Amino acid sequence: MWAFIHKLGSPKWFYDISERLQPWFWAAAALLILVGSVWGLAFAPADYQQGNSFRIIYVHVPAAFLAQSIFVGLAVAALVFMVWKIKVADMAAAVMAPLGAAMTFIALFSGSVWGVPTWGTWWMWDARLTSMLILLFLYFGVIALRGAFASRDSGSRAASVLAMVGVINIPIIKYSVDWWYTLHQPASFTITSRPSMPVEMWWPLLLMVLGFYSFFIALTLMRTRSEILRRESNKRWVRDLVREDG
Amino acid sequence: MAFDSLQAFLAMGGHAPYVWTAWCVTAALMLGSLVHARAERRSLLRDLKRRERRARSELSREEVDDT
Amino acid sequence: MQVSESMTAMEPRGGLGVAIAATVRRDLILMLRRRSEIINPLVFFALVITLFPLGISPDPDLLATIAPGLLWVAALLATLLSLDSLFRADFDDGCLEQLLLAPQPLPAMVLAKVAVHWLLTGLPLALMAPVLGLMLSLPTGSYLMLAASLALGSASLSLIGAIGAALTVGLSRGGVLLSLLVLPLYIPVLIFGAGAVQAAILGDGGMAHLAILGALLATALMLAPWAIAAALRISING
Repeated sequence: MWAFIHKLGSPKWFYDISERLQPWFWAAAALLILVGSVWGLAFAPADYQQGNSFRIIYVHVPAAFLAQSIFVGLAVAALVFMVWKIKVADMAAAVMAPLGAAMTFIALFSGSVWGVPTWGTWWMWDARLTSMLILLFLYFGVIALRGAFASRDSGSRAASVLAMVGVINIPIIKYSVDWWYTLHQPASFTITSRPSMPVEMWWPLLLMVLGFYSFFIALTLMRTRSEILRRESNKRWVRDLVREDG
Repeated sequence: MAFDSLQAFLAMGGHAPYVWTAWCVTAALMLGSLVHARAERRSLLRDLKRRERRARSELSREEVDDT
Repeated sequence: MQVSESMTAMEPRGGLGVAIAATVRRDLILMLRRRSEIINPLVFFALVITLFPLGISPDPDLLATIAPGLLWVAALLATLLSLDSLFRADFDDGCLEQLLLAPQPLPAMVLAKVAVHWLLTGLPLALMAPVLGLMLSLPTGSYLMLAASLALGSASLSLIGAIGAALTVGLSRGGVLLSLLVLPLYIPVLIFGAGAVQAAILGDGGMAHLAILGALLATALMLAPWAIAAALRISING
């Protein structure tokens, strides 16, 4: 277990293993998203209440799931970096944060577009959308803090502390926003929570969620590899690699 | 198949603007991040290669100076 | 010689207590000498509250409905305004490094500093809020709850805000960043604080909200000192 963690901590080892893993995740992402999209857009039955506008669910929900998971991933990477001083974890955290912000934006945007046919307005202080908006600000904070320090190591550690503080706060924020929403809008209807959803609607959603996760993993691996090359550019193995490459 | 024709599919039962905007923005952002990651990697490798070549040429020049 | 003997005799017992008391006393004296830093947030609070009737309408009924939220948001911003100076002076003159080097656990010392901050910003804001509530024609029966919820909530605000202040103290332009980091984390306190006043207006008492604010404070008390200490170490060691 410990040997494994320390091996994982070696940038070179991570660089090699991720090279082998990466194509699988790309293939899985492409396949799942393609099948899920076609199924969700063309084959899933229309919703009896919302008609075809419900098809936005197939991008909204996966993006929202991923946006929250990436923040948890950010905090886990931060913890690993702070406790075991594993640099790869911080590199992964550095590339995960912008993708998480992008996913949060997708969830917010698709939710707001979805609001037009369902609520008749572009923005509603719906509990989910409000939590997503706050999550977006948390992402901005982590990204901005990392960039604000002159030394990269300080920026990494400060962003790690903030990510861990943020992840403790996310459930509290979510709970309080839900509570606030039920207090102020008791009889309103939330777009994504419904009593029962037919199976034919669930399957494409599941595929899309898995596809988005694969995409996230593949992209994170790819960008972490670039980050490793950038930060380790003076190491012998990187220079050998560059020379061999041409 | 939930639609009878391509027209019906594109019209999305009157919800076309909303469904297609949401999907297109999502696709654009995901493809954009992919393209950005690829461009980042390519320019980084080009940079490293240039640096490596310069380091090597300087090294060989030093050797010439020494002899 | 005599001095050092008495010091070694004192160290094992009460070392931490003495250090905390000394920190509290020192910070209190320093802050009381720079009175403008205590008064500025209070003036800011009053000013913001004055702006709202001018910007919206002087209608008492309208003001009364939005008063709880307004008072809470304004108090929250006033706290935010005072955060930047929490560690700034100590950072500039090197006292913070001394604090880090001290043998006493840093989280405890930091907690003492935050307590002083709350005593000189959160508590005065809470005491002043009922007066401003009067100006916003806050319904009777909710004044006590306003002060109580602000007093309890601003302690959490000081603790959470201190994390942000510690993270940005080493940066030359940390002010805007500080608000970006801290404001999202303030949202639960705002929701339950303003909710407490609203509940009191509706005749609900609002004790449940106060209990939740207390729970938030307990959580912050448990976790925040460690985060503040870690953040200070990062800011100082560069």
